[in-house]
Amino acid sequence: MIEPVFFYSALIISFAAFLAILRILLGPSVPDRVVGVDTLNTLVVAAMVLLGAAYDRTIYIDIAIVYALLSYIGTLIIARYLQGGLE
Amino acid sequence: MSWVNYLIYAFLAVNITFNLLGSIALHRFPDVYTRLHGATKCTTFGTIFAVFAVAAHALYQLHVTGDAKYLQMTLHSFVALIALLLTNPVGAHAIAKAAHLSGYKPAKAVIDAYEEKLGGGKE
Repeated sequence: MIEPVFFYSALIISFAAFLAILRILLGPSVPDRVVGVDTLNTLVVAAMVLLGAAYDRTIYIDIAIVYALLSYIGTLIIARYLQGGLE
Repeated sequence: MSWVNYLIYAFLAVNITFNLLGSIALHRFPDVYTRLHGATKCTTFGTIFAVFAVAAHALYQLHVTGDAKYLQMTLHSFVALIALLLTNPVGAHAIAKAAHLSGYKPAKAVIDAYEEKLGGGKE
């Protein structure tokens, strides 16, 4: 491990991701859970970028790019499903 | 080592602060729309500074070691930042519109302009 600072910030961000998972489990309605998933996606991207710097691997940052684009498509599809069809 | 380390610490502190505030906003706000507002804006702003910290670290390592791997790390982290900045507001807007159209009303709202606009469009 090259830089411990980045690793500990990624650890704190994973605690924030745990709070988002708690909202997904507790959420009273379906859009609440979708908001939790959207927050979790952003936090995972931040944690992957930080872990790429911590472990000195560029491939983790590439994973963050792909995860950001795919989670965007997932969020749009869930929103379209909630909305009820194409309008 | 040098002032770059303090720059990285400052960026990481902003990152951690805003990401934690975004997650706490998920638990402190009463309904979907306010939760979406708090979480999306705070986590987007925090992730911008995560990418800045990684870019500062990688550029400093590029300056010290001259390894082209660190230039690649900088460019790819900025590509990740651009992808996140383009997709995150669009996703949040889609969630809010879908939640409103599927019948979840704002909790303590006095006036709902989108409802009035929808009602005016139909008649």
